[in-house]
Amino acid sequence: MSATTELRALRGRGVTGKPENKAAFLFLLPWFLGLFVITLGPMAASLFLSFTDYNLLQPARFSGLDNFTRVLGDERLHQSLKVTFTYVLVSVPLQLALALGLALLLDRGLRGLAFYRSAFYLPSLIGGSVAIAVLWRTVFGADGLFNQGLALIGIDGPGWISEPGTALGTLIVLNVWTFGSPMVIFLAGLRQIPRMYYEAASVDGASRSRQFRSVTLPLLTPIIFFNLVLQIIHAFQSFTQAFVVSSGTGGPADSTLFYSLYLYQRGFGAFDMGYASALAWLLLLIIGAFTAINFWASKYWVFYDD
Amino acid sequence: MTDTLAPALVRSAPPGKPRRRAPGNVRCIVKHAVLILCALVMLYPILWMIVSSLRPEDVIFRDPSLILRDLETGNYAEGWGAFADPFSHYLINSTIVVAGAIIGNLVACSMAAYAFARLEFSGKRLWFGIMLVTIMLPVHVIIVPQYVLFSQFGWVNTFLPLILPKFLATDAFFVFLMVQFIRGIPRELDEAARIDGAGHPRIFAQIILPLMVPALATTAIFTFIWTWNDFFSQLIYLTDPDMYTVPLALRAFVDTQAGTNWGATLAMSVVSLLPVFLLFLFGQRFLLRGIATTGGK
Repeated sequence: MSATTELRALRGRGVTGKPENKAAFLFLLPWFLGLFVITLGPMAASLFLSFTDYNLLQPARFSGLDNFTRVLGDERLHQSLKVTFTYVLVSVPLQLALALGLALLLDRGLRGLAFYRSAFYLPSLIGGSVAIAVLWRTVFGADGLFNQGLALIGIDGPGWISEPGTALGTLIVLNVWTFGSPMVIFLAGLRQIPRMYYEAASVDGASRSRQFRSVTLPLLTPIIFFNLVLQIIHAFQSFTQAFVVSSGTGGPADSTLFYSLYLYQRGFGAFDMGYASALAWLLLLIIGAFTAINFWASKYWVFYDD
Repeated sequence: MTDTLAPALVRSAPPGKPRRRAPGNVRCIVKHAVLILCALVMLYPILWMIVSSLRPEDVIFRDPSLILRDLETGNYAEGWGAFADPFSHYLINSTIVVAGAIIGNLVACSMAAYAFARLEFSGKRLWFGIMLVTIMLPVHVIIVPQYVLFSQFGWVNTFLPLILPKFLATDAFFVFLMVQFIRGIPRELDEAARIDGAGHPRIFAQIILPLMVPALATTAIFTFIWTWNDFFSQLIYLTDPDMYTVPLALRAFVDTQAGTNWGATLAMSVVSLLPVFLLFLFGQRFLLRGIATTGGK
């Protein structure tokens, strides 16, 4: 069971048996400390800081809603929102479509399954690393591997990383390249579908495509939903690749200025900590809204077989 | 149940019509062709990086193939010594951070998971819900005040901000993974131990922990890879070049060399990925199980 189904199932199950509060508290002590000192405390503090002007050196000065009115007129922020939304809305559907497509090809005792699965999964393990971002810089540079390949078929490609029109595209390709982990989740989901459903369907004369539409797809919707929620949350926070590819600037011409990169520049480049906190909460609200919409919309398309 | 029924059904199913055989074979060949092509496209950049790291500088940007004409190991020697410290210095720093993070996650997450999976306590559903939500919480919301907090402790440019939170089970993903695993261990084992007079610490240490070794292995491997690859928090907390970890050193090197020394850069990139490749080779079983049950990256 995945985290999303787990959250859904939390409604309506009560504590049974006698409570063992003392033992539980001791086992949970590190987690409680972490929750309050490392997570909830700083969350509250950053909410407070978002209403202040704070640069680490002088004490925070209350500035009311200044940071939030500044959000409205901050053009680099608007650019970073545009970049991030484009990135999320283009790369996540592509990534999940590839993941699902290949999982379907790989299903059902295919010869060489283990090899294919490894080949597709490896990139998602290393896709977030600096080394791969460096590799991307090399591959999509003006005389990089990609253009060498294009030259073989007579196309003279641009410097993909250094052109404002194509730089974000290379990062989208990088995220799509890491479709392996949702693919493995799809594979696990496909294996959960009882074979007898297919047997029953084929006894009833259902074609392969009909079986896919009426058996596979409905039973896979919880997994699609889970992957969608997770990959969207993940993509909104992308940072490393844009940072390395653009040497921390978000360039060229702010075309790879991911939201989290802009937040980093404000907070840890300019030490504009109050504003960075406001940006952090804005990001939380955006991700929260996306997740809430996802959960709400799931009523209409996600099928739970229980 | 469905697992045991399925083979019986398959056996009793009518045999496929012979005329569908031939198209089936063509289908299969096409399928493999598509898959091999995809795998090649996926792996090509990685293979090219490894081959290019063994090529002379001027060939790297001329030769898109994977054929190695003359082996050039100089890139590695050059890259190893091209940074402020020898590259081993950064490997050691990264290893310290990773080792601390692994120990922290194993200890703290397994304790929390035991409580969530086996103990009844007030507010359990609420806390469990909070734990699940924190899996999805973006780190950015807490990073500014956390930085302020740790800098007041004087912990900037130490490894503590990267290690200590792991001892407080802040990687809730692993708590969830372990809860799932413990739920699959028969409760009868706990009850038998309890009848023999064992308390929770003993049941945890002597019954549950030994049985959840696969989950612990998954946790250790994922923690290794994620911490090894982590960039954002290391970039924030480590600004002194002496404290740089592998990703920080690599990034600083790329920026200062500004594309003049690609052979050495690619060589050190390969070195930085080597531990992940090795873990992938030997621990794949645990990785696949981990993401299959909980959907990590």
